[in-house]
Amino acid sequence: MKIRSQVSMVFHLDKCIGCHTCSIACKNIWTDRQGAEYMWWNNVETKPGTGFPTLWEDQEKYKGGWELKNGRVELKLQNRLQTFTNLFSNPALPTMDDYYEPWTYNYGDLFNSPLGDDQPVARPISRVDGKPMEIEAGPNWDDDLGGSNIYAVNDPLLESMSEEEKQRLFSIEQLFYFYMPRICNHCLNAGCVAACPSGAIYKRAEDGVVLINQDKCRGWRMCVSSCPYKKTYYNWETGKSEKCILCYPRLESGQAPACFHSCVGRIRYLGVLLYDADQILDAVKAPDGQLVQRQREMILDPRDPKIIAAAKECGIPDAVIAAAQRSPVYRYVKDWELALPLHPEYRTLPMLFYVPPLLPVLNAVQQNGTQRVESDLFSSLENARVPVRYMSRMLAAGNDELVVAAYQKMIAVRLYKRAQEVGDVTNEEATAALAKAEISAEVAEAIYRLTSLPTYSERFVVPPYSREGDIEEIYDPQQRKAETGFGRSQGSRRGL
Amino acid sequence: MLDNLLFVVFPYVAVAVAVVGTVYRYIANQFSFTSLSSQFMESDLQFWGSTLWHYGIIPTLIIHMMGFVFPKVMEALHGTPETLYLSELAGKILGIMALAGALILLYRRLSSSKIRVVTTPADWVVMALLINQVALGLWIAFGYRWGATWYVHTVTPWVVSLATFQPAPEFVSALPLVPKLHFLNATLLILLFPFTRLIHMITVPVEYLWRSFQQMIWTRRKVA
Repeated sequence: MKIRSQVSMVFHLDKCIGCHTCSIACKNIWTDRQGAEYMWWNNVETKPGTGFPTLWEDQEKYKGGWELKNGRVELKLQNRLQTFTNLFSNPALPTMDDYYEPWTYNYGDLFNSPLGDDQPVARPISRVDGKPMEIEAGPNWDDDLGGSNIYAVNDPLLESMSEEEKQRLFSIEQLFYFYMPRICNHCLNAGCVAACPSGAIYKRAEDGVVLINQDKCRGWRMCVSSCPYKKTYYNWETGKSEKCILCYPRLESGQAPACFHSCVGRIRYLGVLLYDADQILDAVKAPDGQLVQRQREMILDPRDPKIIAAAKECGIPDAVIAAAQRSPVYRYVKDWELALPLHPEYRTLPMLFYVPPLLPVLNAVQQNGTQRVESDLFSSLENARVPVRYMSRMLAAGNDELVVAAYQKMIAVRLYKRAQEVGDVTNEEATAALAKAEISAEVAEAIYRLTSLPTYSERFVVPPYSREGDIEEIYDPQQRKAETGFGRSQGSRRGL
Repeated sequence: MLDNLLFVVFPYVAVAVAVVGTVYRYIANQFSFTSLSSQFMESDLQFWGSTLWHYGIIPTLIIHMMGFVFPKVMEALHGTPETLYLSELAGKILGIMALAGALILLYRRLSSSKIRVVTTPADWVVMALLINQVALGLWIAFGYRWGATWYVHTVTPWVVSLATFQPAPEFVSALPLVPKLHFLNATLLILLFPFTRLIHMITVPVEYLWRSFQQMIWTRRKVA
């Protein structure tokens, strides 16, 4: 057993209100630079929708992730030899049109235009070439199902659904939609790391954060194609690729990443997971329907004395093990099995997990729009099939049972709390729902508390890093301060 | 005198500057080592231009080098009319591929305002020199026939004489103007190598052939 620790994440989709505060927090800190304006290391999508970049889930177009070939797991993009034959032109690179052309407005015109009868306007100007431009798309152009006849209907996840089923999802007053905040998944079997010809991308062994060494990156852009989530971006100004760094400078000083910290709906949880790295190779070869279970099996119980002993042997500090024991992510992913990985069928073992949203499913299912929840919702109502199928294609590689099991628990928790607080559900009903979901009243209470009432320190359990003691002193900080100040001594510009 | 300057001093200066400059840049500013791709702005023309260019120019460059390092092999290869004819044909095809690719890339850069934003003055200089170099090469191939054989007895001894520090410019001083321009343009490209995007040539990711897919890096521990 080779135990490693991974700072992992859970996003509770029922709580996301789609306010984009996370995206803005990230943008202000990391990507407000020329060449990076179009990047959204954190973005929020409306689903059903085509996402950002457009149709990123269509891997026949973008060739991201891994695929099983004759019992071997290989990059969908290309094999090692093809990496060299394709070096001069990346075969599946999204271009700026697949994201959007960043723009600003010519605000000066508002002040400088001559006196006249017409109101002056600020025309949009490209942030690339500075010329006036027509805005055709933006990073969340389909927010709240805007333009759904262009965007939502082309969602790759709806591909296998019939027209009638699609109609059902989009019928007025029963609209099925929810928000999907996305950051880098910091995968265990990352496609970007594997595809990088220069070997510039790596996983930090201590916390599993995936980073791109900007000095080693040579701009071949294979990571952009090979990340099935399209979470590495090419900086067209510096000629280097960049990605979410999970705000590691914040983590190292004990703070949650900016997108987590700023989250208005408090949907985000962060904590350590211990996993067995020896199981990775087998887990990614599992058939689609078993991928989630295999990933769960890899994640180890940090309270088990045997695991603790093995973890210590693998050099994991006591403080990290202690953090793993308090990890909210472990509870959602393993204890309660509520949180599921995004598109496990890409076989990258993403370490960001999503609690599937219950409310939009209920909305799509309930005929009369009442708030009352039925405990046997998913066994009796044929209508639930379509939204559940959608969720399972997104979060469980098509394994409906996993999504239904999570929903059963969430419904049981609601009935249990409703019986307690509102009283329009009888105790018998609540008990029956708990039994059906196979959880105890204590677990239901714990799920309720961590979902609805968590404090900052319960949501974010950042392991102590003690970098100041760990890191080899490469620079004398005093001397460095005197010489170059903070950060890079040279601006990140193109070429020489 | 002029021959000494152009075919002895200039090559030595160019190679010295290239070697020192590249090493210095690699140590001092590795961040600037990148392919500087603009495929993100435009992909279709880039595919044809870049693929044709690189698939044409890399074998051409290797074959030129073969002539310097293994002149005997090249001589033997061009020993019979059939093989000579075939290798000249191959060279011409590669050259035309490279020129076509370069012209597509030039058109692409000129026609898109977005790509012009990511084009530095040095890029224009490099592009002009490269197109010039390939055009001169093709001129030699078509205008001064059977270069595949005569260059082994002129250019090769000259390059070898430079490499062994016994410079003998007389091997090339009698050649016509076009080949001479070809040599000078090549020397100029070597001189500019460390100051332009040409340095991406030394970043061929050979290690990728054998490295493991996943990479873990541990923090360097403080030595107690």
